Amino acid sequence: MKDDKIRDMNLKALAPMSDITPSNGHEPLVRVIDLKKHFPIRKGLIIRHTTGHVRAVDGINFEIARGETLGMVGESGCGKSTAGRTLLGLYPATGGETHIAGYHVQEATGDEWMAIRRQAQMIFQDPFSSLNPRWTVNAIIGEPLRVHRIIEDEAARTERVKELMALVGLDPRFINRFPHEFSGGQRQRVGIARALASEPIFLVCDEPISALDVSIQAQVINLLEDLQRQLGLTYLFIAHDLSMVRHICDRVAVMYLGIIVEMADKDDLYEKPQHPYTQALLSAVPVPDPKVARHRKRIVLEGDVPSPINPPSGCRFHTRCPIAQPHCATHVPEWREITPGHWVACHEVEPKFRP
Amino acid sequence: MPDPTLARPHDPPRDGPLRYAHDPSRLLLDIRNLEVRFNTPEGVVYAVNDISYGIHEGEVIAIVGESGCGKSVSMMSILGLIPKPPGEIAGGTATFMGRDLLTLPESDLEQVRGIEIAMVFQDSMTSLNPVLTISRQMTESLRRHYNMTDEQATARAIELLELVGIPDAERRMSDYPHQFSGGMRQRVMIAMMLACNPSLLIADEPTTALDVTIQAQIVELVSRMRERLGMALIWITHDLGVVAGLAERVIVMYAGMIVEEADVDSLFDNPHHPYTMALLAALPRVDRRRDNRLNSIPGSPPNLLNKPRGCPFAPRCIYTIDRCRSERPPLIPLSPTQRTACWVTTSDDFKYERRQDSGYESQSAGTYE
Repeated sequence: MKDDKIRDMNLKALAPMSDITPSNGHEPLVRVIDLKKHFPIRKGLIIRHTTGHVRAVDGINFEIARGETLGMVGESGCGKSTAGRTLLGLYPATGGETHIAGYHVQEATGDEWMAIRRQAQMIFQDPFSSLNPRWTVNAIIGEPLRVHRIIEDEAARTERVKELMALVGLDPRFINRFPHEFSGGQRQRVGIARALASEPIFLVCDEPISALDVSIQAQVINLLEDLQRQLGLTYLFIAHDLSMVRHICDRVAVMYLGIIVEMADKDDLYEKPQHPYTQALLSAVPVPDPKVARHRKRIVLEGDVPSPINPPSGCRFHTRCPIAQPHCATHVPEWREITPGHWVACHEVEPKFRP
Repeated sequence: MPDPTLARPHDPPRDGPLRYAHDPSRLLLDIRNLEVRFNTPEGVVYAVNDISYGIHEGEVIAIVGESGCGKSVSMMSILGLIPKPPGEIAGGTATFMGRDLLTLPESDLEQVRGIEIAMVFQDSMTSLNPVLTISRQMTESLRRHYNMTDEQATARAIELLELVGIPDAERRMSDYPHQFSGGMRQRVMIAMMLACNPSLLIADEPTTALDVTIQAQIVELVSRMRERLGMALIWITHDLGVVAGLAERVIVMYAGMIVEEADVDSLFDNPHHPYTMALLAALPRVDRRRDNRLNSIPGSPPNLLNKPRGCPFAPRCIYTIDRCRSERPPLIPLSPTQRTACWVTTSDDFKYERRQDSGYESQSAGTYE
């Protein structure tokens, strides 16, 4: 009954959308339009006043097709995690909007809000702090089933939790164990099972493997791929490991200081990066092959990422850019599609782009 | 203990170092049969189990392994940096410039640590004192070890900060650690380590908390400093990518043991320990199109509360034979520059085939952990 209602709502809302066509040609499941999230900086002990804003996400646009995996990469502090949380509505947006399966996330209330919460879930980075240490695995994975009233009967819920555990490769016999009794990789599986409990269609994976050892990372990545295939999931995969992003994603967006500077199909982006920041970022990734490593040319960026409180004028990257020109400091580069599906914001990609 | 009867005719002498490009007579640090344990309420944790290796003057080696494999503990124990108790050095020697560090009195060890051997840690925020300025922290060791005056020490400290690429070094001397970014703090740490011109620098996951762009800066800085000052470098890491571009020789650790040791090219081209093979096959490549699923290693590393009988990797290994479970394999020399602790892959008829054929099939979602 409830399922039918949700499905109807989805179908109604999935009208033809915008000019950005996601790579695999399917209709977009997620649309992000000029999304902004600014955090106020408050000072003063008694009389609190706002002295500025951290412009963590400052106007990003993209779409994710059904069944697609979009990667989001960038250095720490570039706003990629904030973007993931804001587009799910976990942080109220400062501006812009997101549509997930046709729901307008920022305007949803009541039943619609619950439907979004049910259909869009999140997997967190730290499997140690994202699970309640006093709850058994049964309670943790069963909570979404209870909250969303998917399964009200307790015995039936336990059965479903066991199924979910089996689905993510955990032995259902461990259903009454506590998080500390599991290893890091197993805890991440618990987090994945919890995210899957409400049968979502969209998952935001926020650095899901960066707290894990190499031998465990591959297990979790393969699990995410299997689940995507079995359940038809759509992923936003936020990570700083560019090698893993190339492996698991279909398309990749590169963020710098709150904005997306380049977005393209993964092989296009990794083989023909156009933005100087993407080029520098990719050149800095170590390659596990000594012969390649010896001959790799690195573009070493000077300095650190500037503060998002006062981002640089014009192109935000101009303060560290190896090819910056005077106009880069004064003019904001346009977001252009240079080849089909390959978007970049840089004046210097082609002479005709210069202001 | 390795069984002397296992030595084959072509083996290099077991008690000597392996032959490398570096002059073996210039062995700087020589660790033999080191064993470190921690006595905890749950029982004895066998953190480092009978490891032996050396590093030559000016050489760069990497120690690779996952969390809890003993790579950091082995280094910290020889510098007297593990708390005792619960820590305990149960055996072995660590000869550095003719002296055994493990038996050196604390006062002498302090001299060695400050002047001869320097260590850079992963977490620069906790390694620097948050309530003292950078100036105070940098000049302290200079005044203490070199009897410099305040002015001399300050001038030298500014020089060092400039050397490691901190802009506006003179002004930043009066800043506190939290006013620096992670990458800049790591540079300050490196500057402090260089203050005494050590002959050995131990870098313990110095770039793990940093972004790739900053990591590239730090790796380049350390390599440049090393070449310039001619010191030896031990880089402890879990990241095989960094190792490929930096190290001359690599030591792979698992469960407190060395499972493979090789020059960097052999390790990546011709790995012989199943754990090394599996680690390499689990890594995606940024410079290549995806060809297949990642090869994952089932299970997780062993609990070191139980002293492993046999090969510690046996429960996760695809080549395991009965002997692996009962008898710990010694490091068996395969070439003058490669040693591997495996009964199976070191036999003459074993042939390693790269990547998909390494046998590590990915674990399907239905298989229980």
